[in-house]
Amino acid sequence: MGRYLVRRLLQMIPILFGVSIVIFIIVHSTPGNPYAYMFGPKVDPAVKEKRLREMGFYDPLPIQYVRWLKQTVSGNLGYSVHSGVPVIDLLKSRIPNTLILTGSAFVLALVLAIPIGVISATRQYSWIDYTVTSFAFMGISLPSFFGALVAVYLLAVKWPVFPMNGITTPGEPFRLTDMLYHLVLPATSLALRDMAGFARYTRSSMLEILRQDYVRTARAKGLPERIVVYKHALRNGMIPIITLLGLSLPTLFGGTIIFESIFAWPGMGLLTIEAVSRRDYAILMSVNMFFALLVIIGNLIADILYAVADPRIRYA
Amino acid sequence: MQPATPLPPGTAEQELHRHGLSAGTRSWAATVLRRFVRNRMALLGAAILLVLVLLSVLAPVITQATLGWGRDEMDFQYILAPPSARHPLGTDSLGRDTLTRLLYGGRVSLGIALTTVVVYMVLGSVVGAVAGYFGGWVDNLVMRLVDVVQSFPFLLLALTIVAIRGPGVENLVVALVLLSWPTPARLVRGEFLSLREREFVEAARAVGARAQQIIFRHMLPNTLAPLIVNATLDIAGVILTEASLSYLGFGVQIPVPTWGNMLTEAQNLAVLTRMPWLWIPPGLMIFLTVMSINFVGDGLRDALDPRLKQ
Repeated sequence: MGRYLVRRLLQMIPILFGVSIVIFIIVHSTPGNPYAYMFGPKVDPAVKEKRLREMGFYDPLPIQYVRWLKQTVSGNLGYSVHSGVPVIDLLKSRIPNTLILTGSAFVLALVLAIPIGVISATRQYSWIDYTVTSFAFMGISLPSFFGALVAVYLLAVKWPVFPMNGITTPGEPFRLTDMLYHLVLPATSLALRDMAGFARYTRSSMLEILRQDYVRTARAKGLPERIVVYKHALRNGMIPIITLLGLSLPTLFGGTIIFESIFAWPGMGLLTIEAVSRRDYAILMSVNMFFALLVIIGNLIADILYAVADPRIRYA
Repeated sequence: MQPATPLPPGTAEQELHRHGLSAGTRSWAATVLRRFVRNRMALLGAAILLVLVLLSVLAPVITQATLGWGRDEMDFQYILAPPSARHPLGTDSLGRDTLTRLLYGGRVSLGIALTTVVVYMVLGSVVGAVAGYFGGWVDNLVMRLVDVVQSFPFLLLALTIVAIRGPGVENLVVALVLLSWPTPARLVRGEFLSLREREFVEAARAVGARAQQIIFRHMLPNTLAPLIVNATLDIAGVILTEASLSYLGFGVQIPVPTWGNMLTEAQNLAVLTRMPWLWIPPGLMIFLTVMSINFVGDGLRDALDPRLKQ
């Protein structure tokens, strides 16, 4: 396992290189001058040219990439063209908010979806099963941001149970309960889509496992049904779910962009939207790299969890 | 599963006919169709989808014949008007008829989704086929590229590409194609790795068929079943992505309506809270479309490969 981990970590390096090169090319393929905002309208064009030359704006792309790489590795992510704030400071203030939102949505989706999927599978063709499968089908078909808009309309406007947006009540000192209260709507609506998918997968995976011989053996030796299902069957049934968890990370993080925009949740997604509309390249570069890193690490964790769930899988 | 080639005349076919049987002559497509039609939900999905496609294709004709409003025509006395006989679904902030734009919106949303999926499915299959057939360094190179592209945060990079290249239909399609081709490439490559060892491929090679012929005539048709299922379900996914990007203002630009950018109206607090007729219909249309496509996709999967039936 240790050696496998080292090898996987080493494999991440070329992938990260590839990812950074592609993102760098995309971000720098812009027509026009991204630094136009940096200079006031009264700056002499000659001075502007000179300054751009000093910054290396006219250097060939590979040289610019190497410079970016050196700076990034040394911890300098550049400065926001718009506000002049170091990008690293922006990330530090935004990353925790995004992780709170995506993390709670992910946990919520899992905690609800797995029992629902298992119950639905153990009572195949019962009314519970039909309800679950139809709701799951609707869940994967509903545009999740439309679901969020409907949730805001119903639960924040018509019956104002939850706050409409924001991360805390403005003007009040930070309280954890206040933030959790603000978290309910965005996290549940973000969780909805993944929950539907996870529940569907858990159900079909459990249906297959419950038909296997070893489950019959477990029942035959008189184990209580609860132990058979949750201890013997679920452990094998979880294996395909783990793959799905890894695969759903890019959409989960992608979802934060639109959800943070709807709920004015000050995280990385909102930062991206601001950066995109202002063409703030240093931020765009860092945000894309950050999410790519999260996706890669998430997939690694999924692979490690495989081995935990299934001792037959041995990584050498 | 292989698409059944017509039986050579004078053999099994005649034999069956002599005994008054014809089951053996049913083509692969007919068998699949028969299985598909038996699935009631899939049939319902296909019917809804057909209606939606017809409504979209005929949008100009229908709107002219009934309401008479143009796509971008503004009715100045009726800005943000609630539903009425004049405007069955009300009007938007520029006084344009919502129902008319809803029908036109389907045209754009469905058109973009279909184009995008066809382009990246073809691209991805060819890349995957070449990688799987030749193996070695070609395969290695392609798969590393696949790893890289699949590590991208999808929506975020699509947003970045569209923002940098400028919002618009072409750039949206380009961004989605660039980010989506690895899925079919992976699938086809996987199938090819096992097909490569099969006898019929060896036979084709033995009679001197060129690589091109073996790939496109002998092997690729064998991967069609999973590709079709994937493509169908992906159309639903692309509709959702297009809607998200257009909602954020980085997809299709107004005045061209899509269901996604019609939802943008909901970013206006007054619209969100007091004028649900403006943003609920396009959301429901996306929901309905995606759900029927999912039904059709599930039905196709069961029909094309009964082994996968759950």
